[in-house]
Amino acid sequence: MEQIPQTPKEKFKLVHDENNAEQEKISTPALTYMQDVRRRLFKNKVAVVCLTLISIIVLISIFAPIIAPHNPNAQNVTMSNLPPKLGNLNIPGMNGYQNMGGKMVDAYKQAGAPKGTSFILGTDYLGRDLLSRIIYGTRLSLIVAVLATLVDLLIGVPYGIVSGWKGGKTDTFMQRIVEIVSSVPNLIVVILMMIVLKPGLTSIVIAIAITGWVTMARLVRAQTFQLKEQEYILAARTLGESSTKIATKHLIPNLSSTIIIQTMFTIPNAIFFEAFLSFIGIGIPAPNASLGTLLSDGQKAFRFLPYQMWAPAIILSIIMIATNLLGDGLRDAFDPQSSEH
Amino acid sequence: MDKILEVKDLHVDFDTYNGVVHAIRGVNFHLNAGETLAIVGESGSGKSITVRSILQLLASNATISKGEILYHGDDLLQKNAKEMDNLRGNKISMIFQDPMTSLDPTMTIGKQVAEPLLIHNNVSKKDALKRAEEVLRLVGIPNPAARMNDYPHQFSGGQRQRIVIAIAIVDYPEILIADEPTTALDVTVQAQIIDLLRELQQKIGTSIIFITHDLGVVAGIADRVAVMYAGRFVEYGSVDDIFFNPQHPYTWGLLDSMPTLDTNEDARLNSIPGTPPNLLDPPAGDAFAPRNAYAMQIDEEQQPPFFQVSKHHFAATWLLHPDAPKVTPPAGILNRYEKFKKLGGNAK
Amino acid sequence: MTKYILKRIFYLFLTLFIIASLTFFLMKLLPGTPFSNQNRMSPDQLKIVKAQYGLDQSVFVQYVRYMGGLLQGNLGTSFQFNNEPVTALIGQRLAPSMQIGAQAMVVGTVFGILLGAVAAIRKNTWADTLATFVSILGLSIPSFVLAVLLQFYLAYKWRIFPVALWDNFQSSILPTIALAALPLGTVARFMRTEMVDVMSSDYIELAKAKGNSSWKVVTKHALRNSLIPVVTIIGPMAVSVMTGSMVVENIFSIPGIGEQFVKSITTNDYPTIMGLTIFYSFLLIIVYLIVDILYGLIDPRIRLGNGGKE
Ligand SMILES: Nc1ncnc2c1ncn2[C@@H]1O[C@H](COP(=O)(O)OP(=O)(O)O)[C@@H](O)[C@H]1O
Ligand SMILES: [Mg+2]
Repeated sequence: MEQIPQTPKEKFKLVHDENNAEQEKISTPALTYMQDVRRRLFKNKVAVVCLTLISIIVLISIFAPIIAPHNPNAQNVTMSNLPPKLGNLNIPGMNGYQNMGGKMVDAYKQAGAPKGTSFILGTDYLGRDLLSRIIYGTRLSLIVAVLATLVDLLIGVPYGIVSGWKGGKTDTFMQRIVEIVSSVPNLIVVILMMIVLKPGLTSIVIAIAITGWVTMARLVRAQTFQLKEQEYILAARTLGESSTKIATKHLIPNLSSTIIIQTMFTIPNAIFFEAFLSFIGIGIPAPNASLGTLLSDGQKAFRFLPYQMWAPAIILSIIMIATNLLGDGLRDAFDPQSSEH
Repeated sequence: MDKILEVKDLHVDFDTYNGVVHAIRGVNFHLNAGETLAIVGESGSGKSITVRSILQLLASNATISKGEILYHGDDLLQKNAKEMDNLRGNKISMIFQDPMTSLDPTMTIGKQVAEPLLIHNNVSKKDALKRAEEVLRLVGIPNPAARMNDYPHQFSGGQRQRIVIAIAIVDYPEILIADEPTTALDVTVQAQIIDLLRELQQKIGTSIIFITHDLGVVAGIADRVAVMYAGRFVEYGSVDDIFFNPQHPYTWGLLDSMPTLDTNEDARLNSIPGTPPNLLDPPAGDAFAPRNAYAMQIDEEQQPPFFQVSKHHFAATWLLHPDAPKVTPPAGILNRYEKFKKLGGNAK
Repeated sequence: MTKYILKRIFYLFLTLFIIASLTFFLMKLLPGTPFSNQNRMSPDQLKIVKAQYGLDQSVFVQYVRYMGGLLQGNLGTSFQFNNEPVTALIGQRLAPSMQIGAQAMVVGTVFGILLGAVAAIRKNTWADTLATFVSILGLSIPSFVLAVLLQFYLAYKWRIFPVALWDNFQSSILPTIALAALPLGTVARFMRTEMVDVMSSDYIELAKAKGNSSWKVVTKHALRNSLIPVVTIIGPMAVSVMTGSMVVENIFSIPGIGEQFVKSITTNDYPTIMGLTIFYSFLLIIVYLIVDILYGLIDPRIRLGNGGKE
């Protein structure tokens, strides 16, 4: 057996449990759920990087009129298809030189551009400044995405709540509709809508939202079903609170994580659809730029002037990647079990 | 008696988001051939981690930072992955708590029971399945021949636990570790499973480590009992020692919160107030001190050593120190001391 | 199970009926004549052409006729392409679409499963990070962007593959890669989540406790259990491959259905759009049905019913 250590006698006095209270105090302070979510989100480096990127892109889009160096739709045929040039810095690929018949020539000089002219990302076939077009194009794409997502929320959330809350026959009927809508490939519906409606921003938003709400409705319904049985909601019901009050006071706050996460996945989806429609030529009409139209224009010239495609392709991909990853990060932050560290 | 397993000064740490959790902090015990050792303690006290360390079935963020686990004198912690695979399910096998989730939902139970045989012995598939059928009959699955090709979801919870037991004993293990095998089951089914384990132990002569947080089931199965708290053992001895001559205030608490037949007029559970300490930063003294109505100043400063109570009965509490004041245990415990005297024991 | 399948088939037809009706009436909403893109026609000519297509009848008569035709497998007649029946168009163009579609599904699924499984087994290591990165790229980069990049670098610049040509297997490789990226990313992510879940389950613990080596734990228990749910995302993957094929076929000039669909859109060939829409929907609903049945067959919990003795 272990040696019994020598200990002064006075240590052997009962202290009772007066330090019980102290022990309780030491335990970690209870963070509120939302604080906890935020702490977890900000601890996730990938999510923070994505959030920053998205914030920058959103800010640039909001302040596009101030930031864009040129009018995105101003044509100047003499300046068409100029390669990127960053001031007078002589960076290969960004110095206004272009390969013509195997020789590098200063395209700006050839086009007779006034001294000091430079387009950071070059110009397109109509001499429009690509950087400005990309800034405005991103803005338009984001507007489409945000509006489509809003419509999604406005249809999907109430639909899901009603379906889940009412249950029974109402629910069965509403779910049949959801089933049918979701068994039609949504791109086809979007394309049909685009053919029927006049091309433009509103049509795209409607076309995307007309099938997009289904996923949101499904998730919200499933969650509502679970919440309905929770005690505080049962209590609110027995106390006779009105349905609208229960929905706004109890349901929506508890549905918020589901809704926020789903929104993060709806946005890239809407951006993709806009780009897709514009790419096949039934999206945003000329002369306005969106990421899709820029890609479509860029693709036509890609063989000879690859920079015209690269820039919008990179921006589009960054937005898609960042929103997807941020969605993942939010999901982990809201539901730490899903990715236990 | 033969010690077939001896755990010496086991320390297990977990790397977590918030820091290192010292889940097991110096555990010593041994298992004799043919006996049943019960480990009891509140949930979270480290029972599962202790026995999982034996088979090295720990989460990836766990490290056994110190200690020896001697199986027939061989340190298992020095074995490589392949040698450990050869021991698992063959010499030492394990039964888990939740029978509803312990079986592979997409494999027939016949194959699942036969699997250890195919892994460890050079037998044909046919022979393995035949043996699996015998064992299923042994554990009390009715009509096993017909049910070999059924899937887990076609069985009840109690039956599934019998199947899990069949898997554990199919290769006649020397040591059977049962980690709360009855916790998830109904009371009546619990009793059946305990009976089954006892019966099997007699038939195949295996040693059992039986884990539970419910002292009630211990009396029916164990030879010796170890009481665990906050990653350490606080008291161990024979069943009679622990039930009728407990020395550690934590054991008193556990016994007091156990409903017994002869105290049925006062059957409400006095669960021990307070919560276990945070093992991210384990206390320097006795971990139970903050919840201990009999705590002394020294309990907060210094880890109590094990004091010998009788030949095989030890308890780690400063109350057993010669300088400690005489304390009166709760009434329920005094009753137990009375019974112990009647049994011919030498109670304090 | 049989009852379930019959019920599903009933809903299949109901859904198709609704889709066909909606498509029909949507097309009727279109302003102007469907011939606005053709050379100018005199009013008389227009009348003759309209009569020829039955467009002089009431909308209801046209609807009944159209639905009647559908029942006989008649998807209508193209306004363009020499008045070919849409079914004939589909017949000519089905093979290339099916080939790259099927190749993309197989490549995407197989590599997605591998990638997801590796990520799950090597969770929180560099292999996991790499696999996650690849699947995010696959999910995020639109297939048409990928198609153009692949075409430019691998075909046009480095001349490893043909640029835009449809004859042999070689020419199907780039479109397949472009189309496979999305299913690959989807499957990899899904597989990783499933497998991480499975790997932390009690029955995997028990499989280890039986003495299975880590390799056997994965191959005998973890893989099968994580693969079963992957079957459920085959349907949505088929949708994304189909979507992608419209632009990818266009970019690589593949004479497939997707290319035809886009062409019909830009030329306002409404009967073809309608016919292809219904055809696409039919195809996808069939895929969903097959996947559903398949799932029931491979998961014993569904195949044998849940009415176990609980
Ligand atoms: N994967 C893990 N990560 C971090 N800590 C763990 C992990 N598993 C167990 N622990 C810690 O070890 C302690 C003991 O757990 P366990 O042995 O499962 O308790 P029980 O006595 O209920 O079986 C728990 O309180 C917990 O804090
Ligand atoms: Mg446990």
